[in-house]
Amino acid sequence: MSIIKTLTVPSLQKQGRNDKKNITINKFILLTAFSIAGFAVAILANIFVRQVADVKITKYAFGSTIISINDAYRIVVGLIILLYLGISMYSFFNEDRRIKFVKRAPFRFAIGSALALWDILGTKLLILPQPFFPGPARIIESFLMEGDYIWDNTLYSLRLFAVGFILGVVFGVGTGILIGWFPKVHYWVYPILKITGVIPAVAWMPFAYTLLPNPFSAASFLIVICAWFSIASLTAQGIQSTPRAQFEVARTLGAKTPFLVFHVAIPHALPQIFSGIANANGFAFTTLVMAEMLGQPGGLGYYINASKVWSAYYKVFAAIVVMAVLFSLIMEGIGLIQRHVLRWQKGLVKSSDQ
Amino acid sequence: MINEAIIKIKNINRTYIDDKDNMVEALQDINLSINRGEFVSIIGSSGCGKTTLLRLIAGLDVPESGILTLDDQEITAPNPQRGYVIQQGGLFPWLTVEQNIATGLKARHVYRQNKELVAHYIDLIGLNGFEKAYPHQISGGMAQRVAIARALINKPKALLLDEPMGALDSFTRADIQDKLLELRKENDATMILVTHDVDEAIYLSDRIVIMTPRPGKISEIIPIKLSHPRDRGSSVFLAIRGEILEKLHLASAQPQVEYTI
Repeated sequence: MSIIKTLTVPSLQKQGRNDKKNITINKFILLTAFSIAGFAVAILANIFVRQVADVKITKYAFGSTIISINDAYRIVVGLIILLYLGISMYSFFNEDRRIKFVKRAPFRFAIGSALALWDILGTKLLILPQPFFPGPARIIESFLMEGDYIWDNTLYSLRLFAVGFILGVVFGVGTGILIGWFPKVHYWVYPILKITGVIPAVAWMPFAYTLLPNPFSAASFLIVICAWFSIASLTAQGIQSTPRAQFEVARTLGAKTPFLVFHVAIPHALPQIFSGIANANGFAFTTLVMAEMLGQPGGLGYYINASKVWSAYYKVFAAIVVMAVLFSLIMEGIGLIQRHVLRWQKGLVKSSDQ
Repeated sequence: MINEAIIKIKNINRTYIDDKDNMVEALQDINLSINRGEFVSIIGSSGCGKTTLLRLIAGLDVPESGILTLDDQEITAPNPQRGYVIQQGGLFPWLTVEQNIATGLKARHVYRQNKELVAHYIDLIGLNGFEKAYPHQISGGMAQRVAIARALINKPKALLLDEPMGALDSFTRADIQDKLLELRKENDATMILVTHDVDEAIYLSDRIVIMTPRPGKISEIIPIKLSHPRDRGSSVFLAIRGEILEKLHLASAQPQVEYTI
């Protein structure tokens, strides 16, 4: 009298997707067109709206080709259109992907229209207050002017972030495990963690810049301590909240202390370790940019500061755009790792259902 | 060989202090010996110390006085020789069914040599096709089978079951009870079950130990001499059931100072 369900486990991707209605091919094509229509409007606005205000449309030579900033802007928007067409084609053959693609169509249309409006107000008519709100073409001009310089600064930021954040994660998880596992370490280290944790890392900047041998190590140190606190305290909580029953069962199965730490406590703490890392990520971006603004020889924060001095706000915006892309990519990367490591949570926790 | 005692419990006392700072005698003068291959159920109302006794046998707790032995070796700490299954299974949610079952082998560093055992035990509990499922993706009954297989893969001399069917519906319960009898036959394991389900105890056990609370004591040991499979509706079964219920009732009807008005 076996009552085992004969159906197999539902494939993990399918869970939580059943409530959405399917979508016809015609509607999909229509919504793809809607997706790119806004960007098309942006290009058309750039071409056909007359340049009323007196704005210098600079031309840049790349080898034998000469392109104006307006050309560059159209190329960028054109690339966005091609990107969405590509994704649309990729999604065409899969129901789930089609639904996912179409969901964002109105948003994409709005972004495209907003670009057109911004272009008209910021470049064509120059109604927005200058030099604080340049048009989109001017922001792209920064990349034409000194793209390699922006790239160098981006690499500098990235290197600083990588060194600081990776060390922060390693120290944070390490101390968190020690605090969570050993009551003695908890007694001595946890209060220090609690007190130093509420201090914004940048408050240590005067000491860091004075005591550490070079600006790079000083800024890395600031990122390490800002990441350390949030990761360590959440890791410790995760370890401490492991149910006693899980340890007991493991012990009756023959587990000794190292197994209990690495195969019971740490896996149990992993969701909290990752929320610590996600928190730390936000703090680390802030600390990174502030540290760069206040005494680094490079980096996006430095670039913003240097541009501001010359009132080159279009360059400030360029740096902000790079940051948005870079930080989103880093977050996305961490998210990917998290979803892989915590794949067992899929369907168990509400947030992973999205 | 038949009546050779594998577990001997001699003069066990265990007290603890509850949240109101009262000394509670969880176990008083417990003496019990369990034979190899025997199925013993421990039954009693809550607070009678039956779980404490099982935890002592598991080695998760130590007595104030007295001694517990398995094959004449004193029990001082948990050991894979004594498998332990709890009510909610205690499966590791981050491990798949097969990884959960393999835990014992990995914890004892013998996984490499015994990999094929995992498939064997999955087969034994009838969970083929669910190897890669995570605990939250399977039903409560399946999860309990996994917990039992996880303990059995260490080839324990005794399997300790702390109300493993307590949270299951009656169909699943009956199913697992049959599975336990089957596994017992195949594995030659001694089984000790803590339960408060009288039917379950009669259906499975060779002997039923009735315990009474405050202080936790063994009040009676009732041998069940029915052959398997047992018919829950037979008159003998029902007679034993009546007898045990009466004894449990009497046991709990003793005057209790705390509850007199």
